[in-house]
Amino acid sequence: MRVFVEGVGVLGPGLNGWPASRAVLAGEAAYVAAPMVLKPSDLLPAAERRRTGVPVKLALAVGSEAFAHAQRDAAATASVFTSSGGDGDNLHQICETLSVAELEVSPTRFHNSVHNAAAGYWSIATHSREPSTSLCGYDASFAAGLLEASVQVAVDGRPVVLIAYDHAYPQPLHAVRPIGGNFGVALVLTPHATRQTFATLDVSLIHTQENPSVVTDTALDALRASIPAARSLPLLSALARHATEVIVLDYVAGNQLRIAVAPC
Amino acid sequence: MQPLLICHLSIVNSLGAGLAATADALRARRSGLAPCTFENVALETYAGEVAGLDALPVRADLADFDCRNNRLAQLGLQQDGFAGAVAAAQKKYGAERIGVFMGTSTSGLHQTELAYRRRDPRSGALPPDFHYAQTQNTYSLADFVQRYLGLKGPAFVVSSACSSTAKVFGNAARMIAAGVCDAAVVGGVDTLCLTTLYGFNSLGLVSRDPCRPFDVAREGISLGEGAGFALLEKATARSGDEVMLLGVGESSDAYHMSTPHPEGLGAKLAIQRALDSAGLAPQAIDYINLHGTSTKSNDASEDRAVFELFGADTPCSSTKGWTGHLLGAAGITEAIISILAIRHGFMPGSLHTQTPDPALRSNYQRDNRDARLNRVLSNSFGFGGSNCSLVLGRPS
Repeated sequence: MRVFVEGVGVLGPGLNGWPASRAVLAGEAAYVAAPMVLKPSDLLPAAERRRTGVPVKLALAVGSEAFAHAQRDAAATASVFTSSGGDGDNLHQICETLSVAELEVSPTRFHNSVHNAAAGYWSIATHSREPSTSLCGYDASFAAGLLEASVQVAVDGRPVVLIAYDHAYPQPLHAVRPIGGNFGVALVLTPHATRQTFATLDVSLIHTQENPSVVTDTALDALRASIPAARSLPLLSALARHATEVIVLDYVAGNQLRIAVAPC
Repeated sequence: MQPLLICHLSIVNSLGAGLAATADALRARRSGLAPCTFENVALETYAGEVAGLDALPVRADLADFDCRNNRLAQLGLQQDGFAGAVAAAQKKYGAERIGVFMGTSTSGLHQTELAYRRRDPRSGALPPDFHYAQTQNTYSLADFVQRYLGLKGPAFVVSSACSSTAKVFGNAARMIAAGVCDAAVVGGVDTLCLTTLYGFNSLGLVSRDPCRPFDVAREGISLGEGAGFALLEKATARSGDEVMLLGVGESSDAYHMSTPHPEGLGAKLAIQRALDSAGLAPQAIDYINLHGTSTKSNDASEDRAVFELFGADTPCSSTKGWTGHLLGAAGITEAIISILAIRHGFMPGSLHTQTPDPALRSNYQRDNRDARLNRVLSNSFGFGGSNCSLVLGRPS
C-alpha cells in the first residue's frame, strides 16, 4: 500500500516538535537527552484539560502539530490511535484505590481508564465526528497502527492521522513493564499527493525475521528500544533526511512491517 | 463494501456456553442476570457472570496468559467447533493469511487488581507470578487467541470501550479488501472486574434491579461478561443465502467522555454510514438490535437517532436484559444474537421492560416475535463517543 506523508508531529525526551528535531533525527546535530517539554494545549476547554493526564496531552500535542504541518482540517479526518499501555498513572491510581478502600473509584479516573481516552478527548477537541479507532499491539503498537492507518487510507481512499504515544509507568508497574520515558508521534497520511505531501511510504506486511531498523545515535536508539511509540524513530529519521530507503519494524507473531520511504 | 461471509461463530456468556444456549435462552426469555456475587463486591446490583471460570485454567503451554479474560476467551474458542473451523481455514489459506482482530475494554485488568492486593508490604513490588504482558496489557487477548489457534497473520486489539468488538468487523473488512489477509477471526472478550463495577457505580450508572432497557423507570446498566468469535472470509458466488456482513459504519460523538450526544448525532452518523456501506435504505432493515444499555442518557440518545432515520416503523429492541452490558464484548455478542435472529427467524424482544418510556418514539419490542428477517442492524456505542453500527444479513 502506498500512502503519502503530509504532516508530522513528534515529542519526546530532547525532541520538541518536528522542526526542532529534524536536524537531530537527520544526524546533522547531536542528540541531547532532556526531559520532554509538554506545553499546555488550548485545544480542550479548561474543564476537560484539567481532567487529562500526560498521555492524553501528549497525544493531542503531536496530533495538533501534524495537522498544522499538513495544513489540513482535523475535524474532517479519520484517526488511528495506538498505544501499548495508555495512561499508566491512572491505572496505578485505580488499582491502588481498589486494593485498599475498594469502594471509591473517581468518575473521572474511571472514564479516563479506557484505552480510547485520547481518541475521545481528540474528538472533543477537534470537533471530529469521523471514524476513530484505538489499537494496541504491545511492543509493536506503532507498527500495528501504521499498518491499520495505511490500510484505511488505501481502502477508504481518504486521509487518516496516525497518533502513537506511550508513557512510562509508575512503580510498581514500571518494574514489570519498564517503558523508558514518554514519546508521541503523529503522521497525517493521504491517498494522493497534495501541495504539502513530502514523502511516500510503501507499507507491506512481510513474513521475515530480519534485524529491525535502528537509528545511528546510541542515546536515541536507546529510546527506540525502550518506548514502543519510539519504534517509529528509524522512519522519522528517514523522513528527516529525505532519504530513499527501506525501514523494517518488528510486527507481531514473528512478522515485520516493510516501509519503503521515498521523498516526493 | 464487499460483503464478507460469516463462516463460523462461537459464543459464551451468562446464558451459557455455545450458540444453542444463547438461542434457547432468547427464545425462552430466560435472563442470565443474577444478584452480583463477584469477588464479594459490596454493590446492590445484578450481573451476568459466566459460571465456572475459576476451574478452567488456560492451556498449559500458554500458562503465563492465565487470567479471567483469557480463560473466557479459551472457553469461547472451544464452543461450537470454532477452533476446528479455524484449523480448516488455516489449511485452506495458510496461518499467515488469517488475521486476528480482537476487541476488549479491560483485557486482564482484574489480574492486576488482584496483584495489587498481593504487593510486597515492604517494597510495594507486584508478586513474581504476575505476568503483565500476557494478562494486563490490552494486546494480551489477541496474543492469546492467535497462539491458541496457531495463527501467524496480522493481529491487534481494538480497545474503544463498548464499541470495540463491533469495530473489529470493519478492521477485518479493510484488511481483507487491502489483501493483507484472506480471512479473519474477529470478536473479543470482556470480563467482570472491580474497576468497571465500582467505576460505573461512581458515575451513577449501575441499576439495582436487572436492567430494563427503554423502560420509563430504567436506572442504569447491569454488567455482564462474555466472549464471542466470528470467522470471516470473502463471499463467493457459492456463498448463496448465508448470513453476511453487509455494512459497517463508524463515527465519533465529539461531545463528552462518558455521556452520549443528547441528540444522538454520533449514533445517527454511525447508522447512516453502515447503511451507506451496505448500499441500503433504512426500509431494508427488518430489525434493529439496539445498544440499549438502560441508562437514561443512552436510551434517549439512541432512540432519537433511530427514530430520525427509521421513524416509528422498524422494530427494535435491546437484549441487555438477557446478558447485561458486556462492554467491550457487547458488539460481537449482539452481532451474533442478530445472526441467530436471522437464522432462526425470530426477533427477540426485551426482558424486564415493564412500562416503555413514553418519551421514546421508536418501535420498541417487548415481546419475542417470529418473523423472517433478511437484514438486521446492530448498534454499539461507547465511552469517548466511539460509535459503530453493523448491517448483517442475506445479500439479496
